[in-house]
Amino acid sequence: MSSELLTSILFATLIAGTPLVIVALGELVTEKSGMLNLGAEGMMSVGAVAAFVVAHGSGSTWLGVAAGAAAGMTLALVFGIITIHLMANQVATGLAIAIFGVGLAAFLGKPYESLVLESVQPLAIPFLSELPVIGKAIFQQQSLVYGSWILFLGVAWFLYRSRAGLVLKAVGESPRSAHAVGISVFKVRYLAVLFGGAMAGLGGAFLSVFHTPMWTEGMVAGKGWIALALVVFATWRPFRVLIGAYLFGGVLISQLFVQSSTLQVNIPSQFLSALPYIATILVLVLISRNLQMIRLNSPASLGKPFLKENS
Amino acid sequence: MLRLETRPEPSQRMRYLSPLIAVSLTVVSGLMIFIALGVDPQKGFEAFFINPMKDLYGLTELLLKATPLMLCALGLSIGFRANVWNIGAEGQFIAGAIAATGVALYLGQWSILTLVLMMLAGMIGGGLWASIAAFLKTRFNTNEILVSLMLVYIAELLVSWVVFGPWKDPQGFNFPQTKMFEEAALLPILIEGTRLNLAFTFAIGLLIAGYLLMVRSHLGFKMRVAGEAPDAARYAGFSAKTMVWIGLLSGGACAGLAGMAEVSGPMGQLTDKVGSGYGFAAIIVAFVGRLNPIGIFFASFLMALFYIGGEQAQQYLALPSSISKVFQGMLLFYLLATDVLIRFRIRNL
Repeated sequence: MSSELLTSILFATLIAGTPLVIVALGELVTEKSGMLNLGAEGMMSVGAVAAFVVAHGSGSTWLGVAAGAAAGMTLALVFGIITIHLMANQVATGLAIAIFGVGLAAFLGKPYESLVLESVQPLAIPFLSELPVIGKAIFQQQSLVYGSWILFLGVAWFLYRSRAGLVLKAVGESPRSAHAVGISVFKVRYLAVLFGGAMAGLGGAFLSVFHTPMWTEGMVAGKGWIALALVVFATWRPFRVLIGAYLFGGVLISQLFVQSSTLQVNIPSQFLSALPYIATILVLVLISRNLQMIRLNSPASLGKPFLKENS
Repeated sequence: MLRLETRPEPSQRMRYLSPLIAVSLTVVSGLMIFIALGVDPQKGFEAFFINPMKDLYGLTELLLKATPLMLCALGLSIGFRANVWNIGAEGQFIAGAIAATGVALYLGQWSILTLVLMMLAGMIGGGLWASIAAFLKTRFNTNEILVSLMLVYIAELLVSWVVFGPWKDPQGFNFPQTKMFEEAALLPILIEGTRLNLAFTFAIGLLIAGYLLMVRSHLGFKMRVAGEAPDAARYAGFSAKTMVWIGLLSGGACAGLAGMAEVSGPMGQLTDKVGSGYGFAAIIVAFVGRLNPIGIFFASFLMALFYIGGEQAQQYLALPSSISKVFQGMLLFYLLATDVLIRFRIRNL
């Protein structure tokens, strides 16, 4: 394989993995507070539409990105109100967010389907971008790719080194004890849900503004659900989220591998497109076989509502 | 300030009232959306709730749309009662449609036997697709939500492959579709001059059977206990694994039958657009229908109204037909939110 090809594959893998990194890290924080929001697919979709519409209208990439995050957060707020205040079933509410978000995005995005944005130029990091092979692949990337690394460091620091992270984990493990020592369980959970929503919206924005600068119905194509699976696969640890997301990024661009390989294989494109979904099932099987590991790492109150008056 | 207070026991009245409140809130919000979009709300209301029911043909179209929703939602409700979260009915629907199409294409001229085989193939196809999730759940404890959902995407790609590849109609001008089925592979029409077919009768029959099974039988009781009190179920010796299998297989078989009815009914062939979201809409139907066959009947009717209303809105109001999905999602939000009134009451402090 030529080094040029390796560079382009590496580049494309990072690009494909980045929305997964962003969305899965957001969901990780949400789940650490004990909230299970299955609506990532819906929040990503509205984020993608909002980002595209605003970026197209204003001509500003970053206004678009901000709108995407805000749109995801708005849907997450709906989720929060229904599950935290009204104590509805989190699984059902998350499904509602997913179905509603995908439908809303299709509705709002319809008039914008044939439009394109100007592609955003990558940002080269001085010196590092001149390294052979990896320079162009890793250090001449879209700015939001670097952003996702900062997000990763931030989330890891927050969870393992900060007091606020400790509070979040306490709420997720035992909301009653947290409540007893004076922590507002509702507040912590709302913040965690909103953060997850903002990140899902941001991940959607990455798709419609940076990755393919346009909006088409169904462009999120299950990436929100794959991000949810990644959190389980990573057993709620940020570093494994990062690794897993890039592994999936590689699977998502598998067509590129096949087209560039010297082997003349004739596989229908649908089979290659199915690979990320098959891979998701496989990694879920591998990880969930180990019940002990899941039990040890998943937040103890995940998916359970918290009722103040009983504590 | 308003405050929620736990009721001494869940209110049975609110259980049945809350879907009605949710529907009313959805209609009011829908009218507000129309106003915000600059559409005459009266016209919007007519498009969604009056026009589809104006004449016999409209009514039969409504029942035709409600049929797959009834079938899918009935199957899902059996699993949901036992807390088996099969959300991949859409994929099972497609798998059933593919399997039934296989029978129609290769054994298409045996009159009544063809149809019977197609129905069996649909149910087996959908059941097999669901059994992947059931096997992985019972054997490896793999989350059935994510697996059944991933299988939706895989089924969509599978149907795309068969209609672009091996089963493409050679005379179809390269469209992604199979050839039209023979007469013998089409479901008989119930009312002359309409498209309503025999599948509607089956759906009603299955709803009645489902009612007897879920509400009146011992098995239904076991499934309910497994869902509501897993510990008690284990103590009583009800196998959780059996519940997973029953939940997913019934969901898959019903969705597969709905898929068969779609290709053998209104479509008359298999295309890559066979899915059209019934499997997801059926999740909402199951919840709005309170996981109860009678409720599912009415909820299917309502959701079918949204579907046809969306088409009407596209035709007469120049709105994207996806507005029906917005309404469907909104309905589920309102239902989940108003359900809080079953266990709590609002107190003014």
